[in-house]
Amino acid sequence: MTRRQLLILLPAAAVAWEHILAGTPEASPNYTMSEHWWGMLMDITKCIGCGSCVRACQLENHVPDGYYRTWVERYQVLDWTVETPHVDSPDGGKNGFPPPKEVGGKNFFVPKMCNQCADSPCTQVCPVGATFVTPDGVVLVDQKYCLGCRYCVQACPYGCRFINPSTETANKCTLCYHRITKGLTTACCEVCPTGTRQLADLKNPKDPIHEFLKNHSVQVLKPHLATKSKCFYYGLDGSVR
Amino acid sequence: MQIPVEGFMYPNEVELQWSVLIVLYPFLTGLVAGAFILASLERVFRVEAVKPTYRLALLTALAFLIVAPLPLQLHLGHPERSFEMYLTPHASSAMSMFGFVYLWYLLAVLVLEIWLDYRRDIVVLSQTTTGWRRLLYRMLTLGSTNVSARSLAIDERVGWIVTVIGIPSAFLLHGYVGFIFGSIKANPWWSSPLMPVVFIFSAMVSGVATVMLLYMLLNRLRGEPIDMRCVDTVAKYLFYTFIIDFSLEMLDLIHRIYEADESFRSLDFMVHTKLYFPHIVVQILLGTVTPIVLLALTQVVKLSETLRRRIYVVAGILTLVGIFAMRWNVVIGGQLFSKSFLGYTTYKMGWVTREGLLTAIVLSILPVVFLWILVKLLPPWPERHTVTETAGD
Repeated sequence: MTRRQLLILLPAAAVAWEHILAGTPEASPNYTMSEHWWGMLMDITKCIGCGSCVRACQLENHVPDGYYRTWVERYQVLDWTVETPHVDSPDGGKNGFPPPKEVGGKNFFVPKMCNQCADSPCTQVCPVGATFVTPDGVVLVDQKYCLGCRYCVQACPYGCRFINPSTETANKCTLCYHRITKGLTTACCEVCPTGTRQLADLKNPKDPIHEFLKNHSVQVLKPHLATKSKCFYYGLDGSVR
Repeated sequence: MQIPVEGFMYPNEVELQWSVLIVLYPFLTGLVAGAFILASLERVFRVEAVKPTYRLALLTALAFLIVAPLPLQLHLGHPERSFEMYLTPHASSAMSMFGFVYLWYLLAVLVLEIWLDYRRDIVVLSQTTTGWRRLLYRMLTLGSTNVSARSLAIDERVGWIVTVIGIPSAFLLHGYVGFIFGSIKANPWWSSPLMPVVFIFSAMVSGVATVMLLYMLLNRLRGEPIDMRCVDTVAKYLFYTFIIDFSLEMLDLIHRIYEADESFRSLDFMVHTKLYFPHIVVQILLGTVTPIVLLALTQVVKLSETLRRRIYVVAGILTLVGIFAMRWNVVIGGQLFSKSFLGYTTYKMGWVTREGLLTAIVLSILPVVFLWILVKLLPPWPERHTVTETAGD
């Protein structure tokens, strides 16, 4: 090959290389799926409702406007409204919250996201298996396989799924799988200023989650649905739905 | 488009996922299952009185079954991937079985039964017609032109077996549609073991009413007298099935009211506000109680033939309105409230969109067009021309 031919080929190869890499999953050579079992710890007592997590998630995962992989709810529970608390989440809490309409009662924020259920109803109902649980416990959607039938959206008890209008496929929190398999934490955990959200590796004996679970009372959302949720909440009030 | 919301919905819940097309889907499959079960009354249970509706019921079932998957296809985000349900079905998903149940019912039951029942007619038509019709009928014979008495007896026997297999298949077809909804534990409006049973009986009601109306309409259009013994019997079965269907629905309702679990307050509010008109007024009062009362009248009071016929027409139409409202209330109603039980959203139906009203209207008319073609090709009424049978075993 002459020098002239090489100079012509190099830019073409550079352009093509990008496309070749686009079709392959991101490499994580030091990551072994069977050594992890991912979950999340939410310390409600620390959440200030700043919405940083929502913004970070939208930026990191290109979440379209009006849809949410994570969001924050504000609860106001007055003594006589335990059964019917006042809840709001303007724009998913992305830009924080305006002052409450009514003063008083118990006020707190609850961050929500996919609960990464081990027995996830969304996985169960997917007609083609496009939604699946990875060996390290993350519920993912194969975007190239999903039919867009929306059955999984109906089956999720927590309202965590949506149909991405640009791809017409089911979309949800991936627990920033592209990050955690590289040893990073999720985008929401990364930016949380109070440490409300903590990524937890339940298979790693050195993970502080074990110590926390041993010494604190935690709860999952809608435990009666027996989805084996791996999103553990500390300080969860009985009024939270 | 801003969707009005009352109270609190999880942010991803505001937009409804399943539209009017998904309302249409159980409505159409219900008509299929119901029409087939009516046909089986004559074939398996030897209810001779309903014989005039037998073939019409089969053709009606086929016409509606051909259209049934279309609303689903139009609703999918990626219809081009729908074939994956056959290639890599996910065994734990109720929906993944759709393709197999549908194909089984279409090819192994309905088409086979129609072909066996019409085989003699097709052979005769392939000999008596000319041009493209002759070619078409010759193709439809599938090369089986033997219409000897022995051969027809085999057709009859095999047809009977297919119908016997067809009855549980029809139950399966629609029961499984009910299961798709009834097995969603996240949604208390749907989650009920009664759902498949209610779907089966409501299917029977809608299918029987459709065939009854079509029989009367087609006979009127043809200027033929209506066999009142037949229509009276069909109406009697409609009445009995309706009583069972209504009882099951009331059982479900009473159970929910009495148990009053955590979702009850929210669902109760919805039924008294957003769903009041489609549920209480259209489905229960207009579409269920009224036709049941009308049909009961014909059972207990001696009425003239004309009056009975008019009552059957009104009751049949109201029944179809009621069953459509039931499908609407299940599918749309089940998405109007938040799974947090703290709020309600609104269904905004598009007009000229992929899942809009116009599409729904076209899809509702399409089975009638198919039925018209089928009736033209395979007339369901007794022949008027002379039959020339070919001999030979």
